[in-house]
Parts: sequence; C-alpha cells; structure tokens
Amino acid sequence: MPKGEIYNRDSFLANIRVKVGGISPEIPVEKPNWSVSPQRNVLRGASQDELVQLLSDQCTQIHTDFFITTVDDLPSKLIEVFGFYEAESIVYSDDSRFSDYGIEQYLIEKKAFKWDNESREKSIEQSEKADIGITFSDITLAESGTVVLLNNPGQGRSVSLLPEKYIAIIPKSSIVKRMTQATDIINQQVKNNETIASSVNFITGPSNSADIEMNLVVGVHGPVRAAYIVIEDR
Amino acid sequence: MPMQISEQGFKNRVEQGIEDDFMRGAVRSAQERLQTNRAIAAEELGDWEDWRTLGQEIRSHTIEHLDYYLHLLSENVSKLGGHVFFAETAEEANQYIKDVAQKKNAKKIAKSKSMVTEEISMNQALEEIGCEVIETDLGEYILQIDDHDPPSHIVAPALHKNKSQIRDVFEEKLGYENTDKPEELALFAREKLRQEFLEADIGITGCNFAVAESGSIALVTNEGNARMVSALPKTQITVMGMERIVPGWEELDIVVSLLTRAAVGQKLTSYITALTGPKLEEEADGPEEFHLVIVDNGRSNILGTEFQEALHCIRCAACINVCPVYRHVGGHAYGSIYPGPIGAVLSPLLGGYDDYEELPYASSLCGACTEVCPVKIPLHEQLIMHRKNMAEEKRTLLAERLVMQSFGKAAESPALFNTATKMAPFLTAPLSKEGKISKGIGPLKNWTDSRDFPEPNRERFRDWFDKRERRKSKNA
Repeated sequence: MPKGEIYNRDSFLANIRVKVGGISPEIPVEKPNWSVSPQRNVLRGASQDELVQLLSDQCTQIHTDFFITTVDDLPSKLIEVFGFYEAESIVYSDDSRFSDYGIEQYLIEKKAFKWDNESREKSIEQSEKADIGITFSDITLAESGTVVLLNNPGQGRSVSLLPEKYIAIIPKSSIVKRMTQATDIINQQVKNNETIASSVNFITGPSNSADIEMNLVVGVHGPVRAAYIVIEDR
Repeated sequence: MPMQISEQGFKNRVEQGIEDDFMRGAVRSAQERLQTNRAIAAEELGDWEDWRTLGQEIRSHTIEHLDYYLHLLSENVSKLGGHVFFAETAEEANQYIKDVAQKKNAKKIAKSKSMVTEEISMNQALEEIGCEVIETDLGEYILQIDDHDPPSHIVAPALHKNKSQIRDVFEEKLGYENTDKPEELALFAREKLRQEFLEADIGITGCNFAVAESGSIALVTNEGNARMVSALPKTQITVMGMERIVPGWEELDIVVSLLTRAAVGQKLTSYITALTGPKLEEEADGPEEFHLVIVDNGRSNILGTEFQEALHCIRCAACINVCPVYRHVGGHAYGSIYPGPIGAVLSPLLGGYDDYEELPYASSLCGACTEVCPVKIPLHEQLIMHRKNMAEEKRTLLAERLVMQSFGKAAESPALFNTATKMAPFLTAPLSKEGKISKGIGPLKNWTDSRDFPEPNRERFRDWFDKRERRKSKNA
C-alpha cells in the first residue's frame, strides 16, 4: 500500500511546539521510567489453573456461558453447545487450528461457511446470515474474561461480530493474567518493527448497553449471546 | 450539534433542571449506581492510588510532548497507507470530511459515538451536502430520532430520558409498536440499524486513545457499533481531539484499565478495538481507505497555561457521577455538551467566558471530582482559577464587586470597621425574624431566595473576645 497523505502538519505542530516548549520531531523523546507499575502486581504468582478458575468466575459477570473440555471431547462439546443455542448456520475463521483440534471435519459436514478472504461480499453476507460465529482466541485475559483476536486475512472482523451468537475456543495455554500481558506481546511486535494486526479486538462477552435508564440490556449490535470453550492442552 | 446546546440563560436552564422530577430521579439513581460500581472496581483492582499516579504521569508526559507524539502518530498512520488531516478549526475539519464524502460519492454515513464530532457540528456539515448521517450508539440514536435532543452526560447521553419517553419517540418517528421494556427497545434499534451498517458508504468513529508508536486508534465500547462502522463500510474516517493520545501499547493498557473502571466499573468493556491503518490488501472486511482527522479547535490555547491539566482528561465522567451540583441540575443546565465538573472547566476554555461564565460557579468546590479523577486532574482548583480570572477581568456581578469594594474600604480603616460591625444588627433588624433573615434585599436576596441567613449577632466577636480576655486576667 502506498504511503498516505499528511495535510497541514507543519503549522499545526509548530503552534503546539511553541506552547509546550518542544524542540523538533526529529529528536526522539525518551519515555520516563514511570514511578510505579501496579499493573505488574495484579494476580502475581497465579497458576494456570487459578487463571482458568478466574476466567470461569468472570464469565458469570459478563453473561457468557463457560465450558471446559479436552481436545478429544471438543467435537462432542461443540455439538452440545450448538444444540443448546439452536444453531443451524455457522461461520468460522479460516484458521488451521480448526483442523489441528479435529473439528473442521464436523464443521464441513454441518455445511459451515469458512471465512473467504478472497470475497468480501460473500463473507460478510454469510456472516450476517449465520446463527453462530466461531473463532479461536489468540490471547485470553483471565482477569476480565476477554478473548483477544489478532485479525488477519483468515480471521475476518465480521466472524465474531455479525452472527447472533459467538463461540470462542480457548486453548488453555492462551490464558494470561490481564491486558498487560497482551499489550506486552503487541508492544514487542511494535519494537521489532513487525506489522501488527490491522484490527486487534478485545472481546469481553456479548454486546450490551445501559443507555436506557441504566438498565443493562445484553445483546445490542454485536452478538446477543456468547460462549467460551476452554480446551485443556494436549 | 455545536458545543453550546441552549439559547436560554443559565438560571432558566437550572430551574428547568430542578423542576424535572424524572430527570433528577434518573440522575440520582445513575450516579449512585456508577459511583458504587467505580468504587468496587477500584477496590478489586488494588493499588488504586498507584494506578492513578501512573495515569497522571502518562498523561502529563504525553501532553508535555504532544508535538512529538502527534508527529510520530501521523508518520505511522501514513506508513500504513492511512491519510492524516490536521485541523486547527472545526471548519477545517468539517471541510476535509465533506471533501472525502463527496469524493466517495457517499449518501449514507454510519457513525459511532464521538464527543468531538458533536463539538464541531460535523453531522450538520455533512447533512448540508446531502449526506444522511446515522448515529448508531443506542443513546445517541435515541437523541437523534428525538429531533436532535442534546446529550446530558458524556458516557450515557440519554440519561435524562425515561423508557416510556423513548417508547413514544420510537412510536411517533419509526412506527414502533411494542412495549417500553429496554430489551424490546434495544432489539428494535438493533434491527433498524443492522441494515444501515451494511449499506453505509462511510463509517465515522471517534477515538478514545491513539497509540503514537504503532499508529493505532483504540475504541472503547459496549454495543458493538464501533466495530460495525470500522468493519463494514469501505471508507473509515476517525475524528480525534488532538490530546487523545498515548505513547505506546504499555501506556494504552493503563489508560484503558483506568477508563473502564472509572466510567462504569467494568474490568474491560465488551469491546476494546484497536485499529491500525486500513485493512490489509489480503483481508476481506475492514476499510479500504482510512482517514484520521486530528482536531485542535481551541485546545492548543490551553497548552502552556495553568489549565493544561484539563487536557489530561480521558472522558470517563467519574467527576460527573459524583458531582452534587450535576445531581440536582442535570446535564442540560450546563448548556454545553461537556457537563459536570470537567465541563465547567473545559467549556469556558474551548468556548470562552462570554458563553460559559456561570459554569465555574456551578460547583460547591467540595472536591469530590478531584478525588475520583483517575488521572488526578485538580478539577476544583481549576474552577477556582477560572473564578479568579473572571474576577480579574471584572466579569463578576456589579453588586458583588460593590460589596467587596466596600468591605475592602471598611476593613482598611479600623474606625470604619468598628462602626460598620456595630451597625450591622441594627441595619438588618427590619429584615430579620426569629433570629433569621428569610427575605434579603440587594446582594443578600440571591442567598435568601433558597435559604435563610442568620441575623448578625448583637455581640461582636471582638467585643466577646475582649470581655473574655478581661475575665481571664481578673480571675488570674
């Protein structure tokens, strides 16, 4: 992609520079060593099993159904959740983990739609029509009950957004304490000059709103229901 | 909608607020709920004071080097193929946004919640060139449908409306036929707006925090509408106030963690969406074209002044949720899209004392706002600075100035002071009844309109003190 245009920058920033006593954009500003780092104390020393427990507890706060299963039992657990959600049509990401974890075959039998990065219209239309969208979680935050999706050509933005219900499959090893550990990973990518995902989505349960008399309504524009399925690692 | 939301004078606005029983009840219960949730979330997190300190350090470092970080942000957005427009005024910002809309031949524009676009009256500008702009945040959608009723809270814009009012608006304007249950109202909006997301030519978002080091834009939401407008339309425009920026992802973690807790007591909102440039070529959804509009509109005048810390604000509304004045008068009384303590600080800075000179007085200076601010802005001290500035500019009431002047004169001369204090009980005697003055005159009237004034004591403090000292020495 060619570089984008920048308009009116010089005069705009010159005005600010005078007022804050800045020198030049060419001279890098050193970030200070912050005097405290409370984010590093949160859940200090928690074990992976404790994080799973915390994630499960947090799910009750965020109106999300929580399941835990093994790799072997994943297909039957998925069938159970589909039944539970009365799901007929399914959309899922183009992600090798679906076959790695042995569920792609079942999804093909169910005539599920696999995200097609070659076709914007078709992929969006299929996601819009689907009862359920399924993705794997890339990073999972125990404290807040959040799945983090680093979107890429196979992991479309719409899969976790347009269907009425959303299922996140969470490998136990993807669970970290909190947002700090996720932003550390992305921060490292930035430092290494790697391209970061064009869309990083931190998703915490189904969509909701309290805009009407401060009453919580679960299910507004995004999914109305959500389920997390944690898989014990092999 | 511009920043100023009413033609009426301050006193009228306040009276209307005080007489609106439903609104006051709604504000009271919302404040209680939000305050409690905030306190629980802060407690659960632990080390809350350290978090605030860190938030303050990050915000003040970023604003002190704002020129550097905005430059870095624009470089990074441009590298990814996004366009960046720096707008010194509202007009410049709107002109650029209109140009993009016209180039794209856009008819329909879906928009997620953004205070800065309200501030610059962006919707009106786009409507003037024939675009349909659809607010998609549920609260903003309700207000837009109701003939552009102004927002009364920066996080919960329709806080002043009850569900039956909302039902009636939906019925009248959209043919809604169901009950006033919030679930049914929300479902109706979901169905109405889904089609709009799919059809929109352009999506417009605000910006909670830009990340300079990666050129990212973070949106903090619950409903999913900001994800829709950044996933479905082929063109995305993001409008940000120039101070809404952090250096890197490490700092993003801190300000987001503070924001979601201070605003609504959530550990994280349902969606934190960090968008970096337009979609990749190989990606199917997301915008093909991305424009970032960075708005000054008076903010740079605050830099380098005693009010610079007002630019640290992360728009959580915690100060609004604890303010006893907001509790009684509601958001519309402030006459600005930015109400409450932060609004009383910010509105005069952005809009000038001519339009907002009463707001710094719409505070009891109790300091509750300063205490809850997650980035430690000394809000009530800033209100005092406003009052001081206005007094120096002689913007205070003539009567108040006269009283202060005569007090100054009287206090300068011991003889005058003596006589005046001795006379006080006699001069006020005709006004007082049972030790109280209920109907004052002149400058006293403003006070006694709402409460009694104690009548001056017959024995002056100095006389009492002298007597006491004499008694003491006699006993000794």
